[in-house]
Amino acid sequence: MVRDTIRFWRNGQAVEVSGFHPRTTLLDYLRLQERRVDTKEGCAEGDCGACTVALGRLRGGRVHYEPINACILLLGQIDGAELVTVEDLSSTGDLHPVQSAMVAHHGSQCGFCTPGIVMSLFTLYHEGERPLTRESVNDALAGNLCRCTGYRPIVDAALQACSRHVGDSFSESREHTAQGLMSLADGRDVFIGDETCFFAAPASADSLAALYARHPDATLVAGCTDVGLWITKAMMEIEKVIWLGRVAGLDLIEDSSDRLGIGATVTHAEIHPSLARIDPDLGEIMRRFGSVQVRASGTVGGSIANGSPIGDLAPALIALGAALELRQGDGTRTLPLEDFFIAYRRQDRKPGEFVRRVSVPKLKAQEVFRAYKISKRFDEDISAVLGVFRFTLDGRRIAEARVAFGGMAGTPKRAAETERALIGLSLDEPSSWGEAMAAIAIDYQPLDDHRASSAYRATVARNLVFKALSETASGETQATRIIGRREALQAAE
Amino acid sequence: MNSPAKPTMDAESLRHVRQPVAHDSGIKHVQGSAQYIDDIREPEGTLHVAIGQSPKARGRLVSLDVSAVRAMPGVVAVLSAADIPGKNDVSPAFGDDPLFADTEISFLGQALFAVVATSRDAARRAVTKAVMDIEEEAPSITVEDALERGETVLPDYAYGRGDPNAAIAHAPRKLEGRFRVGGQEHFYLEGQIAMAIPGEDGDIHVYSSTQHPTEVQHVVARVLDIPDAYVTCETRRMGGGFGGKESQATQWAVTAALAARVTGRPCKLRLDRDDDFVLTGKRHDFRCDWQVGFDEDGRIQGYAVDLLARCGYSADLSSGVVDRAMFHADNAYWMPAVHIASKRLKTNTVSNTAFRGFGGPQGMLAIEHVMDQIAWATGRDPLDVRYVNFYRPGENVTPYGMEVEETDTLINLVRTLEETSNYRVRREEIAAFNASSPIMKRGLALTPVKFGISFTLTHMNQAGALVHVYQDGSVHLNHGGTEMGQGLYIKVAQVVAEEFGIAMERVRITATTTAKVPNTSPTAASSGSDLNGMAARVAAGAIKKRMIDYAAEAYGVPDEQIVFRDDRVFIGNDSVAFDELVKKCILARVSLSEAGHYKTPKITWDRAKATGRPFFYFAYGAACSEVIVDTLTGENRLLRADILHDVGRSLNPAIDIGQIEGGFVQGMGWLTTEELVFAKDGRLLTHAPSTYKIPVASDVPADFSVALYPNENREETIYRSKAVGEPPIMLANSVFCALADAVHAVDPSKPVPLNAPATPEAILRACESLRGRPMG
Repeated sequence: MVRDTIRFWRNGQAVEVSGFHPRTTLLDYLRLQERRVDTKEGCAEGDCGACTVALGRLRGGRVHYEPINACILLLGQIDGAELVTVEDLSSTGDLHPVQSAMVAHHGSQCGFCTPGIVMSLFTLYHEGERPLTRESVNDALAGNLCRCTGYRPIVDAALQACSRHVGDSFSESREHTAQGLMSLADGRDVFIGDETCFFAAPASADSLAALYARHPDATLVAGCTDVGLWITKAMMEIEKVIWLGRVAGLDLIEDSSDRLGIGATVTHAEIHPSLARIDPDLGEIMRRFGSVQVRASGTVGGSIANGSPIGDLAPALIALGAALELRQGDGTRTLPLEDFFIAYRRQDRKPGEFVRRVSVPKLKAQEVFRAYKISKRFDEDISAVLGVFRFTLDGRRIAEARVAFGGMAGTPKRAAETERALIGLSLDEPSSWGEAMAAIAIDYQPLDDHRASSAYRATVARNLVFKALSETASGETQATRIIGRREALQAAE
Repeated sequence: MNSPAKPTMDAESLRHVRQPVAHDSGIKHVQGSAQYIDDIREPEGTLHVAIGQSPKARGRLVSLDVSAVRAMPGVVAVLSAADIPGKNDVSPAFGDDPLFADTEISFLGQALFAVVATSRDAARRAVTKAVMDIEEEAPSITVEDALERGETVLPDYAYGRGDPNAAIAHAPRKLEGRFRVGGQEHFYLEGQIAMAIPGEDGDIHVYSSTQHPTEVQHVVARVLDIPDAYVTCETRRMGGGFGGKESQATQWAVTAALAARVTGRPCKLRLDRDDDFVLTGKRHDFRCDWQVGFDEDGRIQGYAVDLLARCGYSADLSSGVVDRAMFHADNAYWMPAVHIASKRLKTNTVSNTAFRGFGGPQGMLAIEHVMDQIAWATGRDPLDVRYVNFYRPGENVTPYGMEVEETDTLINLVRTLEETSNYRVRREEIAAFNASSPIMKRGLALTPVKFGISFTLTHMNQAGALVHVYQDGSVHLNHGGTEMGQGLYIKVAQVVAEEFGIAMERVRITATTTAKVPNTSPTAASSGSDLNGMAARVAAGAIKKRMIDYAAEAYGVPDEQIVFRDDRVFIGNDSVAFDELVKKCILARVSLSEAGHYKTPKITWDRAKATGRPFFYFAYGAACSEVIVDTLTGENRLLRADILHDVGRSLNPAIDIGQIEGGFVQGMGWLTTEELVFAKDGRLLTHAPSTYKIPVASDVPADFSVALYPNENREETIYRSKAVGEPPIMLANSVFCALADAVHAVDPSKPVPLNAPATPEAILRACESLRGRPMG
């Protein structure tokens, strides 16, 4: 019943690999074992995109391509997927349309980032919205750093190549690939290694619960966008890996009229549209979360379970009043998300316990939501401050407020004093907002770090209270935002 | 538009030169088949090297115990200072960069030893196991720390003209200030890497991702105590350099070579990205203390600036870098009385090094900031303040005594850009916008660039090339310049194909190697195509001359009736295929191989007396940038950029535009989001792309126009082109000045206290200061 290999699809056929160390990254497998060096290592932490490859997975019966940072993806995680690297694009001898466009537009200089950029454009070519806009090209490239060109020729190449009707060898063989991927989906547990050192990919929640109960010291991996760095940077001696990506049921999105249920292994990319429907600001937070590559791998459950003090999503979910569901063995429990975060990098998660689901209440008619991500760089950056507000309005007064910030404390944290001070404020009397703005200083004593100083964080947080109130009062964001204006986002919807 | 001197080249008669020929490796780049050093198939038994780093920034290494390192799986050797057969010095000039520190520890991360193991993973795991005892001292991290201790890496240097103190004192208006300019990490996408393969008799072949193969060769020989002739350094391409691989690729190549020497096996060293950040130098950050005196029009009467450069722990290239900051402290402006002083401060941080512009951008940004200060003080438009200060005939001698011969180019270029960018109209629109927008403020700036072209060390302005013509008419091209993405190889190939009148396909570009062209200068100072293009042309020209001599005699036709064109040679009324003539030449025992050499004329520079002509010519450009700033958060965005840039007569407009756009965006990163943060203990906190933010695609405006200014180099450069590598970096000064202009709208009665980089935090700090509520 248990399978001791991983199986993936490559160049039209199934490939089986076994006997690898659980820490083996996809990039190291390609470069050191297969000795295929077309994919480059730029940073080994999922930030530069030089190692981008495409993974094809079935979604609704159709092969769906996503770009992935191979440097922080474990080899085992490509089980069941189609793997495409840059040299596969021109294996027939002719350049792929995105490759031709890159050459024609002088889109490469030193060429080192180019394979990754080509792969990001390959996925845009297949999956990009049409008509294609410059903004969506920029989004597709947010996870690919280029230090030479200044991007202009790359974006032009993308606009030329990816605006057209799709027709490459991958679309021609889509049926065959889909059948191949279906043949790989056997529903069996995967276990490679022995009791001291293994890569496991259980296929059901019960298998997972049993395995994790037996090995509470194992490292749970969902997207691996954080654990990947424990391996490549911290050189942690991780010997037991349980990958959640094959667990049936953990990937469910339950979208009802008043709640959104997000299974632990739902990726940021998958949940993005549902969150954007809750509120455009939430969609914008998701658009700016990591990069396409990171959102394609990283999961909502992982980002919460991991307890990043910034966690660009958690403050938003807290402000919305989300609840977290955990499972241990056969038992489950539910708690408010804000209670899960105890202290810096310390969460209320017991040995052998795992995140099962996040349940997010949707906004009610009288509720107003505003979220602000403040970072050095708009795209592909971690926030210095993330401020999220949910106001319940009673006419032109604030009847209730939930405010949560990231980057202001060791954990994502609600602003209790600020919330209190907001209650009863009139949207029409800005002169009365001062107390609520000042309350931020009671709620938070932020730290200095490389992202921002304490003083900056405190000032911005205070100013964001003002901004959220101003925008709620006016109902407009044209005069208060550089990007992510709600008017434009709503028009695009 | 200006009318340059009579053109000496007819564009229409050129087949390759001036054409937008694609990068020679473009097709390989997009397929992932362009080979970088880590892609070379390793010889069997190749070992891997990792660097053992100091955990402290300053102190004495009392003991280093590597027994636990040796005991780790896969470890073959551990190398430290005691294993060095020759000199423990990898410095480019001043003898102060040890390969491995043995007693004195100078910065956090400094190499103390190296592990050689059977895999890179094994080496990286083992390297953390060393036990060391360090007698720690308080480190100097900041400019102020170094000033307090009075520690420098090189002597102070200053020059000037007239009596600026008196001029400033007597001027109708005067200002002074302290302006900080941040450093910059190169972030070449391909990190530092080298592979060394031992040969017979102690020979060693080093593949190094370096801008300076000759220096790698010489330093490997110095450290291994073998003659230069035993070492070959080869570089086919780098995945980016930007100056970061000019002197600082050497240490890793030398470490790999030492490991190969000790183990007798091929050894490879590829730094992890985070280690690369920590272990390699950056653009120098500066504190600029300035004083200026000017009249009511904003015309400068006296300027004094003290350029305080944070050099890190050793001299490295800081002599030239800070000199170049001084050479650009005037940018494009006449200063009747001027004093430019500098200090090369020693700090316990990684040794700062070359970075595109080589100090020039820092010196130039300071005077652009002063121009804005004058504008804020006088209430004049910042562009008008710049106009009244431009060099002009009769007021065209730089503070270092070099005459600016081309005074009309820059003024005409700026005037053109002022019109094409619609500067004046937009200035009014922006003022109107700002008047009605309390939170969002827009800013506009048009700034010029005048950048001196030549190495300021005169002897470095030379280059060699080697050209062979084979019997089938294919041509082997080699030269001392290196390819880091800037398109040097294709430009030089264009020159050679042009010379022979043959198709580009016939010219085989080959990897730079010290075995073919010796004693080269680094590919730096924007000089690559000026120098190597000329050297290759000299070589090809000499071969062509011998072919002409042969043909003239064999066909009885005068030289001037022999023309190389369209892969044929036209000889009087006759013509033969190029390869036919080649075959005939070989039969006639004509040599078809030539080593060409070129040295830049006219340049002289006496540093001690601060006189001469350090630059062959100047390259010019200007940029107009418009930004928007959120004055509640400091967030900002570049909305539009218009660039007009002078590359003389372009060798390859596609490549040149790529350099301009790429340089501008890189410069914008330097001045906005790229912030290096060192902790008090000397630890670099921004040591990865997760924390150090270079521009991404969305930072580049959709409204981005770049044009080449029609001009011809008045000097006899290769096809009258101008160098293009570095000058565009400084076009981004317009972004910084536009951000300051936007902040200025918060309270137009006050100067803007904004330093570089203008991060959202720096901008908000400035906004809050103008609002009179300083941010803690």
